[in-house]
Amino acid sequence: MRRVLVPLLTFVTSLLLWSDNASAFCGFYVGKADTKLFNKASEVAIVRHDNKTVITIANDFKGDVKEFALVVPVPTVLEKEQIHIGEAAVLKHLADYSAPRLVEYFDHNPCVRYEMLEQKFGALKDMAPASAPARGRGRALGVTVEAQYTVGEYDILILSAIESAGLETWLSENGYRIPNGASSILHSYLKQGMKFFVAKVNLGEQAKLGLTHLRPLQIAFESPKFMLPIRLGTVNADGAQELFIYFLTKQGRVETTNYRTVRLPEAQEIPLYVKDKFGDFYRDLFTQQVKRESERGVFMEYAWDMNWCDPCAANPLSAEELRGLGVFWQENVGRTGKGIGQAQNVFLTRLHVRYDAAHFPEDLMFQETSDRGNFQARYILRHPWTGQDECPAATSYRQQLRERYEREAQTLATLTGWNIGEIRKAMNIASLPTGEGKKWYQQLWAN
Amino acid sequence: MEQRNERIQADQIFRRFDPRLYQIASLSTLLLYGLVWLHFDVSLWQIVITLGTALLTQYAATCLYKLPSFDPRSPLISALSLCLLLRTNDLVVAALAAFIAIASKFVIRWKEKHLFNPTNLALVVVLASGLGWISPGQWGQVAWFGFLIACLGSLVVTRAARADVTLGFLGFYVGLLFARALWLGDPLTIPLHQLESGALLIFAFFMISDPKTTPDTRTGRIIFALIVALAALYIQFGLFRPNGPLWGLIGCAPMVPLLDHLLPGSRYDWSKPSSGRSSNPVVNPVLVPLSLSVPQQRRFS
Repeated sequence: MRRVLVPLLTFVTSLLLWSDNASAFCGFYVGKADTKLFNKASEVAIVRHDNKTVITIANDFKGDVKEFALVVPVPTVLEKEQIHIGEAAVLKHLADYSAPRLVEYFDHNPCVRYEMLEQKFGALKDMAPASAPARGRGRALGVTVEAQYTVGEYDILILSAIESAGLETWLSENGYRIPNGASSILHSYLKQGMKFFVAKVNLGEQAKLGLTHLRPLQIAFESPKFMLPIRLGTVNADGAQELFIYFLTKQGRVETTNYRTVRLPEAQEIPLYVKDKFGDFYRDLFTQQVKRESERGVFMEYAWDMNWCDPCAANPLSAEELRGLGVFWQENVGRTGKGIGQAQNVFLTRLHVRYDAAHFPEDLMFQETSDRGNFQARYILRHPWTGQDECPAATSYRQQLRERYEREAQTLATLTGWNIGEIRKAMNIASLPTGEGKKWYQQLWAN
Repeated sequence: MEQRNERIQADQIFRRFDPRLYQIASLSTLLLYGLVWLHFDVSLWQIVITLGTALLTQYAATCLYKLPSFDPRSPLISALSLCLLLRTNDLVVAALAAFIAIASKFVIRWKEKHLFNPTNLALVVVLASGLGWISPGQWGQVAWFGFLIACLGSLVVTRAARADVTLGFLGFYVGLLFARALWLGDPLTIPLHQLESGALLIFAFFMISDPKTTPDTRTGRIIFALIVALAALYIQFGLFRPNGPLWGLIGCAPMVPLLDHLLPGSRYDWSKPSSGRSSNPVVNPVLVPLSLSVPQQRRFS
């Protein structure tokens, strides 16, 4: 028995020592003063291979920059070189490239054998942004300022603390408005040995740079933990929040391991009038899918090899842009002398999650799979043929049109939860000739 | 006295009912639900090939090792578990996994027992080689809860003689998860959420419980369950890797011969479920003749 107990004790000891070296990102806005902070939607890009990770946190803060602050748990004290300022345009390009898309097809003359032509149409771009900010000074309360940098327009502090109450007091005294309920979460992260990355805008630097907007913050680090801390974000949230995560990986698709990752319905034919309201359509479709998954799903909007797209909502990102986002293995491709157009070896996964504390109690944990299967949230408009030719095929084509429209109306109603009556009205289905005028036997021997 | 006889008769009926049939039924139902409702990323072809390869391998081994008869039940359970857990885009990988699972029972042996749980080994080989993956979060609450009920039901219905290792593992694992949450000051919704993994249930009820790959005595099995639970949690929270239980079990499997050496007991026979005790016949009279019978022939299922 003794021989058995020794490894057991070793295990127990190591269990107690776990809390080192955890990592976490994606923070929450912390307001100074009373300004209302909008923290509804965030965008994060995560580049990861082996344990090397680069996270870009987008920032679309619209208010007074003096009010802007970001607190993010990080696995370790970051060196100045591990913090970088990214380009908002690159993130936008990434968002556009992977956006849910609408495509158009045109029916051809049924009297002529035809091939379908696919036309790319447009892309939806309704992303929102995320977080960042800061300034600070070291003080007692068990809070240590581990490091302090000015990077671009941001003042950045890396804090460690002995206990959460001290950290909370320190943040409050330094003008960070900590939402009620954050304390226990700070406590949990501290126990897991995390540091806190605190960022605010340095107004002087911002003026010097002549910037009117805040640029994304980037952090590079090495950690075995593949996750995104969302718990702090749920504390000061008024209702559910949206989060868009873009993963750039070498091997394949990324999925959550502790929540269901669900593919959105795709390749559905929807009525033509949706063309003018694709934004509304997609928003409502997403809400409907969230409900269907009992508000606990993480949704995949795009998974594609970065080399190409079909149809392209935007061109694939260039090697420079990918590098800007932190794709560090790209360089090797160039060095081995593979020419332009060679496989970039970057796989993009775009996940979209609507979360709140009740349905997402735990941080998001991820894994990279070896699945390189392509997926895109793509919706189809099919234009009818409107020619006047007469032939048996044209007759039956026209008769089937109404049926097809009805099918599209029902698809749309199911996807979005819109009222079927209003959809039919908008489509003007009633005005279409019905195939029901004739009896079935009349159609059988049509002549 | 009459009542006692009736009870013994009922017991005998239960004993004759092979627990594996119940397991096959619940795994198949779950797979169907997963395909229809949860849109599991597994194609019909993958299912056909996994089941087919597993059965063929078992059949071939039956001939090769001259076993008394071909028994499809164990390979079916292994194959269904693989269908539920393994994800791959390559049908060859699915076939390979099924082959590894079944063949390992015959090839990797230690003193007449196979060393690794077949499904566990196949999954770990595929994961380690990067040919496939497991999606532990794909179940959702409804499926998880339903399957939990079915699994617990299987313990009652079949009176599985070796439920101790399952319950032991779950007890330690759940207890430690809650202890960790309390220590971190986390709400208990977090450990509850962490338990909501279908892979965990399949692991606890179908892999670690495999009487053929667990220690022969109850004490041995409880110790084994504790070690596996600790290893699983360490892999998950210490090394930050998913599928902790799978890696934990494969790592701890070589300890089984050691535990059997330290705590000797009788070998398990599917047709005669026993808890492995070789003494104390008072506990269950039905078990007396069964637990003393040591199979004469080599059994591989």
